[in-house]
Amino acid sequence: MSEGNGSGAKRGPSAKDFKTDQEVRWCPGCGDYAILAALQGFMPELGLPKERIVFVSGIGCAARFPYYMETYGIHSIHGRAPAIATGLSVSRPDLFVWVVTGDGDALSIGGNHLIHALRRNVNIKILLFNNEIYGLTKGQYSPTSPLGTVTKSTPVGSLDHPFNPLSLAIGAEASFVARAIDTDRAQLTEVLRAAATHTGSAFVEIFQNCNIFNDGAFDFVREDKENRIYLEHGRPVRFGPGGERGVRLRTDGSAEVFEGEGEPLVWDAHHPEASPAFALSRLTRETAGATPIGVFRDVERPVYDALLNEQLAAARERKPAELGALLSGGDTWAIS
Amino acid sequence: MVKRVEQVDSVIVRFAGDSGDGMQLTGGRFTSETAILGNDLSTFPDFPAEIRAPAGSLPGVSGFQVHFADHDILTPGDAPNVLVAMNPAALKTNLRDLPRGGTLIVDRDTFTERNLAKAGYDSNPLEDGTLEGYDLHTVPLTTMTLEATKEVEGVTKREAERAKNMFALGLMSWLYHRPTENTVSFLERKFATRPEIAEANKRAFRAGYAFGETTETFAVSYEVKPARLRPGTYRNVTGNAALAFGLIAASVKSGLPLFLGAYPITPASSILEELARHKNFGVRTFQAEDEIAAVGAALGASFGGSLGVSTSAGPGVVLKSETVGLAVALELPLLILDIQRAGPSTGMPTKPEQGDLLLVLFGRNSESPVPVIAASTPAQCFEAALEAARIALKYRTPVYLLSDAYLANGSEPWLLPDVDGIPELEAGFATEAPGAEFHPYARDDETLARPWAIPGTPGLEHRIGGLEKQDLTGNVSYDPDNHDLMTRLRAQKVAGIASDIPELEVDDPGGASLLVLSWGGTYGPVAAGVRRVRDAGGQVAHAHLRYLNPFPRNTGNVVRRYERVLIPEINLGQLRKLIRAEFLVDAAGFNLVRGLPFRASEVQEAVEAML
Repeated sequence: MSEGNGSGAKRGPSAKDFKTDQEVRWCPGCGDYAILAALQGFMPELGLPKERIVFVSGIGCAARFPYYMETYGIHSIHGRAPAIATGLSVSRPDLFVWVVTGDGDALSIGGNHLIHALRRNVNIKILLFNNEIYGLTKGQYSPTSPLGTVTKSTPVGSLDHPFNPLSLAIGAEASFVARAIDTDRAQLTEVLRAAATHTGSAFVEIFQNCNIFNDGAFDFVREDKENRIYLEHGRPVRFGPGGERGVRLRTDGSAEVFEGEGEPLVWDAHHPEASPAFALSRLTRETAGATPIGVFRDVERPVYDALLNEQLAAARERKPAELGALLSGGDTWAIS
Repeated sequence: MVKRVEQVDSVIVRFAGDSGDGMQLTGGRFTSETAILGNDLSTFPDFPAEIRAPAGSLPGVSGFQVHFADHDILTPGDAPNVLVAMNPAALKTNLRDLPRGGTLIVDRDTFTERNLAKAGYDSNPLEDGTLEGYDLHTVPLTTMTLEATKEVEGVTKREAERAKNMFALGLMSWLYHRPTENTVSFLERKFATRPEIAEANKRAFRAGYAFGETTETFAVSYEVKPARLRPGTYRNVTGNAALAFGLIAASVKSGLPLFLGAYPITPASSILEELARHKNFGVRTFQAEDEIAAVGAALGASFGGSLGVSTSAGPGVVLKSETVGLAVALELPLLILDIQRAGPSTGMPTKPEQGDLLLVLFGRNSESPVPVIAASTPAQCFEAALEAARIALKYRTPVYLLSDAYLANGSEPWLLPDVDGIPELEAGFATEAPGAEFHPYARDDETLARPWAIPGTPGLEHRIGGLEKQDLTGNVSYDPDNHDLMTRLRAQKVAGIASDIPELEVDDPGGASLLVLSWGGTYGPVAAGVRRVRDAGGQVAHAHLRYLNPFPRNTGNVVRRYERVLIPEINLGQLRKLIRAEFLVDAAGFNLVRGLPFRASEVQEAVEAML
């Protein structure tokens, strides 16, 4: 963390230091602006020099993100950011690697890379800006668009059942899973902080409004704040005005919303089993008219990067790296 | 009984049996014994993609051919002098390659009605005259193996029977005076956790050797004197092992950690497996979820300052195209190794072909130049890997290195290089901005390479990506003139490598009007075919391309110097198309696409037809 003001010691970068000289080119009113501001505001908290931070993205509106962060960055190819970030993170454990992606990028073309990065628990922080639409290609439905979504490519309604990004991440064995809302800066910053301090893969879904092609997709929770179920570790899950509604688990393990009296679930983000987090991830606009935000799951699990680098260190201790010895390692013979 | 010993100058042995008979192991051990004896040698394993096709069936036959000699040789040989057939199916599929008069050793115990039927024999070839004219030895291999191992405790009959390949190896070791100590110690190592299996195999091996000494069926044994190779220390090496060693050498010489992203695929997997064994060199091997992630992770590692490598074969390389395109735009070092196999699509996974040349040159969207290098022999794969790394690092570019299934699994003696004599490779990371501002797309005057500023370097923070970049600054640019400039700069950079690679050497004893131009893995058979033409009095020149993009700077002069140019390729004429387009030379092709390497005799005939 940065030193206190006026101490004379070297100070870490400020929010301004994370802004680049590039003109930000998202549509006016896009939710991405709020996320960018939150991230630039949060970055100094890491206390890390800028050169040790890398943002990797794929393709899509969200993927422009690295151009606006004064760190190292790669704007790569569609869906592949988790793969590229994996190679970078594993080979450079001194770096802090972030992936910025969208619903099409992460869940459609890059679905395979996402689930495998989460399964391996690579030390990367994945921010999925979910706007339930393809924005950069001008408004086709995405893998998170609700069934029946009418777009230019689905004039009479989409036919495929959407992914629930958090259910998917939990199913893929993610060790950290959270959700935030673009305009809720305080809670977004809190989730970013928790993700940043988590060791291993962190997956954060951010509800992001696309005001051009899918305006108001998240209004039920973005505008109607009483529909936000804030998850706080160790606290009973209550929401709505005066906490009149609560969330509890049914005997079959699924979650339900109840009104008034009752015993709400006390939230445990560190629960060794994934099922409570999965149950909460099923609470949506459609199933509950409300949705949880905050940290769903935060558990410790061996980190791929660390395991791999430990194997290297152990091998080096066992056997020196001598090229001559390697080449003449098989059956050799001499000719004079 | 005193037996006659004959001196011969070269022998070609082929072991053939069921996939489960351990023919690759047997051939490998025979090769090791041969290498230690000091013969020059060349091997060609030929096996099906199916791990275990139905036992005794024709598709399940696996073969291993080894050519050894008292002089330098270039190929595993066109046709065997000796065929060891472990069952009727192996006899059926391999007999057509054995010339009349050749030595044929069969396990007669396996010639049962059932096995004969599986191999499609109506009558027993051992009895019906089919094998007349061959020097036939029918040996009860299975029975004698069981007899030799019956006193080993803890070994099932099935396990004992499986040692019959060692009986065959023992017999062949006697027949050609091969040293046996290393095979004995090899068996002890291989079966260290099951000493009783090691014992059974050793007994079978020794019994085979003793059988040769005592039986009357073999009246003569043969000696092949050591070859007069260049002085030095040798080992036998396959192409894939040499590639792995070359990559590690490039890592050591550049001081960059090696990162391999790979997805298992035939015939490239053994590079991943070899590199995974050398973590003490700081080698990180990442078995990815797919081919795309494999090369993506390698590129990510390159961005971070590793030597990023991805290995695959054609069906995987097609999936890597978009990432290679990104590497072209990012101008970062990246090696992609394509161990070519017969296609299209899944094709014939274990069989060699040269069908990916145009793919790696052009298989990307838009103007996307990538240097291409091709290895020429199994041992030369080592240098090829080093050279690919040198070009990638110096020019900040992805580089394709082409090998094939023939080089990958084939082996030859390798004169070990003096490791101190291998030149250092320069990573040359940017450490500070030369001016007030860092320009990630400023270029070196000579190489046109851009600076490689890796994360962690203070003050050089920058963003790169697949969108077109402004010259110098690397900022996103849609400016028409800038795009034209950047397109030309990327092309010039790769074209300029021609001044940094050796000229094309021509092997021309004089008087030739015909040039044979080959590339990649066909070097051995083409050079051997050319030798034969000359031995028969023909005049022919031979040049072999190891650089396919850019071509060596004198390539145009060479191909225009001859009246006629013949280009043999294991494809339908991909290099020929390039040579004709680039140099307006009416080159002819010699093309066979059989999933097999050329035979020297085939090349000889094709050349002679042009003389």
